[in-house]
Amino acid sequence: MAKRAAPEVNAGSMADIAFLLLIFFLVTTTIEKDSGINRKLPPMEDNTEPPIIKQKNIFTVLVNKQDRLLVEDEPMEIKDLRKAAREFLDNNGDGTCSFCKGARDPKSSDNPDKAIISLKNDRETSYAAYISVQNELVAAYNELRNRRALEIGASRGFPNMNFQEMQELHKDVRWSGNKTKLKDLIDQIKTEIPQKLSEVVE
Amino acid sequence: MSKFKKKKDGGLAPINTASLPDIVFMLLFFFMVATVMREDTLKIKNSLPVADQVEKLDKKNPVSYIYMGKPSENYKKYGTEARIQLNDDFASVSDVAAFIAAERAALREELIPFLTVSLKVDRDANMGIVGDVKQELRKVNALKINYTTGVGDALTNMR
Repeated sequence: MAKRAAPEVNAGSMADIAFLLLIFFLVTTTIEKDSGINRKLPPMEDNTEPPIIKQKNIFTVLVNKQDRLLVEDEPMEIKDLRKAAREFLDNNGDGTCSFCKGARDPKSSDNPDKAIISLKNDRETSYAAYISVQNELVAAYNELRNRRALEIGASRGFPNMNFQEMQELHKDVRWSGNKTKLKDLIDQIKTEIPQKLSEVVE
Repeated sequence: MSKFKKKKDGGLAPINTASLPDIVFMLLFFFMVATVMREDTLKIKNSLPVADQVEKLDKKNPVSYIYMGKPSENYKKYGTEARIQLNDDFASVSDVAAFIAAERAALREELIPFLTVSLKVDRDANMGIVGDVKQELRKVNALKINYTTGVGDALTNMR
């Protein structure tokens, strides 16, 4: 059989294909952003007297050097921490909190405004364990805030949105809705359920 | 029969390489877009723990990074205990204050109160060193911190 020359492939459209792919990747890739848990450290003040806080309003969480938890002087598994923290915040001992659904246990916190979570760690606690505990405690606050947001959101013009979605929407520059109204709502929820999480520094 | 006979020219026709630059540029652009610039060269092991209640670290505000972890393979001579890394080199706890001062000096004055310190701590580091750094940060009044983590189920951190 006679050997044939390979026919020339038309490469004129190669550039089009390349640009198509380029534009596809340009549109679909997102540059990874750092994310993490934001915290505010307490300022250094030596001579201020510590405020008097009732023992029942403090929820103590201790992480020891074996990464085990001691919550309110009882050992606890990390998976139960979120629920315990939420029940403590939601307790509503003095009945001043209109949206709480807690057990109203007189031995637990008065209301979410007074409730304080105190997190203490050992020097040998692993960072991973510490972050897990922080995460669970922040999650407890977020669950309550989300629930509150769903309750009052509808009457304020933002139905079916939880707290985190509201915050994201507020940050979204492309959103054209009423930002001041949304900010008011977010601030209201933040003051109703403040994040009072103290990290004990020895 | 001769009408089916094609001209013979011996060797293969050369492959058209006109589109090679396109392909190369495409790859170049793709990697240009998709890569995250590393701020510092790490001399420490730095695998971050994961959490799911995270917020995005806002790059609109200035961010300073403090790394902590045990020295990586090539820097074993610095020991196996977790160390602090500031910029490109190992540092001690007492250097943190100077580092923050230097970071602040590089900023416009109106941005200084918004400086966030991102703590990138290895999951196996212990809290002692983190506590020391936090205490130093309090001393220089750099109170906005961010425990930088990956995104995932926090319960998997505990092993």
